Amino acid sequence: MGSVNVNNVSLHRKTLAQLIAGLRAKEFSSVELTRLYLDRIEASQTSLNAFISVTREQALVAAEAADRDLAASRGGALTGVPIAHKDIFCTAGVKTTCGSRMLDNFVSPYDATVVAKLKAAGAVMLGKANMDEFAMGSSNETSYFGPVRNPWNTALVPGGSSGGSAAAVAARLAPLATATDTGGSIRQPAALCGVTGVKPTYGRVSRYGMIAFASSLDQAGTITATAEDAAWVLREMAGFDPRDSTSVEKPVPDYVGSLDAPLKGLKIGLLKEFFDKGLDPENERRIREALAVYEKLGAQLREMSLPNLPLSVPAYYVVAPAECSSNLARFDGVRFGHRCKEPRDLMDLYKRSRGEGFGAEVKRRIMTGTYVLSAGYYDAYYLKAQRVRQLITSDFTRAFGDVDVLIGPTTPTPAFEIGAKTEDPITMYLNDIYTIGANLAGLPAMSIPCGFAQNLPVGLQIVGPHFSEAKLLNVAHLFQRETDWHTRVPERFS
Amino acid sequence: MSAETGSGEWETVIGLEIHAQLSTQSKIFSGSAIAYGAPPNAQANLVDLGYPGVLPVLNAEVVRMAVKFGLAVGARIATHSVFARKNYFYPDLPKGYQISQYELPIVAEGSIDVVLDDGTHKRVGVTRAHLEEDAGKSLHEGLPGVSGIDLNRAGTPLVEIVSEPDMRSAKEAVAYMKKVHTLVRYLEICDGNMQEGSFRCDANVSVRRKGAEKFGTRAEIKNLNSFRFVEKAINYEVERQIEIIESGGKVKQETRLYDPDKGETRSMRSKEEANDYRYFPDPDLLPVELDEGFIAGVRASLPELPDQKAARFASEYGLSVYDAGVLTASRELASYYEAVAREVPGEPKLAANWVMGELAAALNKDGLEIGSVAGAGGKLPAARLAGLVKRIADQTISGKIAKEVFEGMWASGSSADAIIEEKGLKQITDSSAIERAIEEVMAKNPGQLADYRGGKDKLFGFFVGQVMKATGGKANPAQLNELLKKKLAG
Repeated sequence: MGSVNVNNVSLHRKTLAQLIAGLRAKEFSSVELTRLYLDRIEASQTSLNAFISVTREQALVAAEAADRDLAASRGGALTGVPIAHKDIFCTAGVKTTCGSRMLDNFVSPYDATVVAKLKAAGAVMLGKANMDEFAMGSSNETSYFGPVRNPWNTALVPGGSSGGSAAAVAARLAPLATATDTGGSIRQPAALCGVTGVKPTYGRVSRYGMIAFASSLDQAGTITATAEDAAWVLREMAGFDPRDSTSVEKPVPDYVGSLDAPLKGLKIGLLKEFFDKGLDPENERRIREALAVYEKLGAQLREMSLPNLPLSVPAYYVVAPAECSSNLARFDGVRFGHRCKEPRDLMDLYKRSRGEGFGAEVKRRIMTGTYVLSAGYYDAYYLKAQRVRQLITSDFTRAFGDVDVLIGPTTPTPAFEIGAKTEDPITMYLNDIYTIGANLAGLPAMSIPCGFAQNLPVGLQIVGPHFSEAKLLNVAHLFQRETDWHTRVPERFS
Repeated sequence: MSAETGSGEWETVIGLEIHAQLSTQSKIFSGSAIAYGAPPNAQANLVDLGYPGVLPVLNAEVVRMAVKFGLAVGARIATHSVFARKNYFYPDLPKGYQISQYELPIVAEGSIDVVLDDGTHKRVGVTRAHLEEDAGKSLHEGLPGVSGIDLNRAGTPLVEIVSEPDMRSAKEAVAYMKKVHTLVRYLEICDGNMQEGSFRCDANVSVRRKGAEKFGTRAEIKNLNSFRFVEKAINYEVERQIEIIESGGKVKQETRLYDPDKGETRSMRSKEEANDYRYFPDPDLLPVELDEGFIAGVRASLPELPDQKAARFASEYGLSVYDAGVLTASRELASYYEAVAREVPGEPKLAANWVMGELAAALNKDGLEIGSVAGAGGKLPAARLAGLVKRIADQTISGKIAKEVFEGMWASGSSADAIIEEKGLKQITDSSAIERAIEEVMAKNPGQLADYRGGKDKLFGFFVGQVMKATGGKANPAQLNELLKKKLAG
């Protein structure tokens, strides 16, 4: 692995704040930094497969422009900082595949709002991170472009669907990456790869240009090494977008400025449902140790229960496939994306283009979704799931009347082996048992590293009320001031 | 048995679903323009093309327009309405779903009163009116072996107005459709252009034995874009259904298409083949929440509506209900009539006759709309027609001569006075001149005179004609009658 040392710290081990400061102080240039990361990406591709596209030339051109801006003391908050975008975000002139054969040939004519905002802030795109196909998966094994491997142990999955983003940051192939979370797709891979993942409140970040999986659940967020890094990026990404009717018109607070607020008196809720029999005992020990850190910081712990939370997985696997079955109807071989060879007629064009273009998991969810929306089943499945969703949301609202945040595990177990759960979708789905609730209720949630179990990273999940990102980042940051789990990097990438 | 009137043994039951294109500047969920006739796909942006990642944003103007319609038909305006996705695959439907409203439409439970040809009134219930986007078009002409897709129309805003099955004949259906057509143009929410497809309907048609309570099985005739087609298609369909039942068969629930060339409907798809549209609320769009203040604001902006205007015309101008109805059929015609009537005080009926008579005939003959001739530079602005009506009213010319003057005005664009002057058409009201003409006619026709005096009263008309001819039609008719009677009597 390539590395460049400045002031005795390898550049790729610096935090985002340090990189920003170093770039401004001209300790190193954006071109140097960008080249370093591009080289690290290329060196890792065979072992990790974290990227679908690497945009070296565009990256270096953008880095040169960033250096000119830095020289002239111009630019935005992130000028010159390299970034990886999950391949679910449309990037103008660059292939945007969503991890699918369906879009293997799709070059987006426009930038997603998230991409445009980060570009405007000066970030330099390194490439497009690998992901589960159409963000459907918890292991990154459903990608048409092959599975991503966990940097801590390449026989294991990195989690998903933002597995490429998480692996890239964990192996320091990029200082930060965008990601999306529909049922845990930011937090679960962040936990499995030992990095910091933030899923903001639904509506906090624009979905425009983010290829839809389940529109009422999808939310863009960040994967970074630290909570402080996340605060820097989120401050640039968040905000109302007139092109997304579900984005919320609410000012974006200074996430960086509130990171150090003391936690004395913080009320932390511990959900009975999060410490169930499915939780790996060693994972649980790491979580309890983390809670002890918070107690030392002056927080109070309170056990509580959200009685409807156990229904979140079944409710999610009705709502998400229903929306996906409709969202993915536009991939029909007519205007863009994969088209079968020599269609006999219209029906043949549809059937073969979609049959060839989509992988098994995507097809499974389209079929499930089509079924639950069908005449005669809609009330029994879709409507009931929406009702459950409301109950879960009310459960959370009640809980946040008593506590400031909920803390627990992000996943029941550490990373598992590639292939271990592919035969049984239900076991795979249960990996998101702790994360799905926040999506159903639209709440902000994040995962931070809190130690190791079986030599693999364990993630600590923090969930807060709507628009409490500043508080979550503050809670996460103070933990990271007390611990060094977030600085750990797998040996071969250190 | 007659299907036409719904009389006899069978009763016809009709409900209409009218699609009116809202005349906004841009599409319902994107900023694309919606002008008619642009080159294929020139007015389709990434949102209209259903590109990956794009999202719809509701055009607020369409909401205002739908509320306007709802208020105009006395409907309940939903303070909470929801857009839903109607899922099906078709190449001209880029997203694989149409954004429409399903369980919670913006307008519900209104009614529309129509006056039928025989002067009777009929109230037709409006079940609901909801907002939706139009699909694109498939093009086959000039594209051998392939189909072209034009997505200019995709995302065009529509309001779909669904009636109750309240109509009992094709004529009633047409009268209702015409009334809706009038209404949307009064409200300036739709240009009503049927050739361009801005106003079209689907007709649900069934028949049942007179007195039966249950409706018969219905067929839905799709996409009728002229009043004439609506009438013909319904009448054909009614005959077809009656024939089936009378020969012992059963009407199938299905969707049918009307073929104007053959004058018949034919099956498009049966109920079994019908799509399951899997409607569900569109998660990309928030529910439309309206407050009473907004609704009151729209109510305050409503123009005088056709029924109100017709009632006012009847009372203010003393017109018959029928005439008031005809003159208020469009806002342009109504304001034209009012301008004429105001210029010639005391003669509203005469003004009405000229607007509904000569002017309507001339427009019809030349295929023109009132709007295109009414303007300042137009063929016949209201003030100019009023100039003609004035000359009839003050007896400068007779009604008959006025027709000649009108023709001249229509052809040349001159004023009535200029033509009367130029052609010397001024009416003769000088009694001695008329008497002279009568005497000449009597002298020339001694035989007829003798017959008349011998009791053949019918010959009076002959003498009127002859005198009129002699005076070039300019003799004042009333005066002529009176003098002629006196003279003939001897």
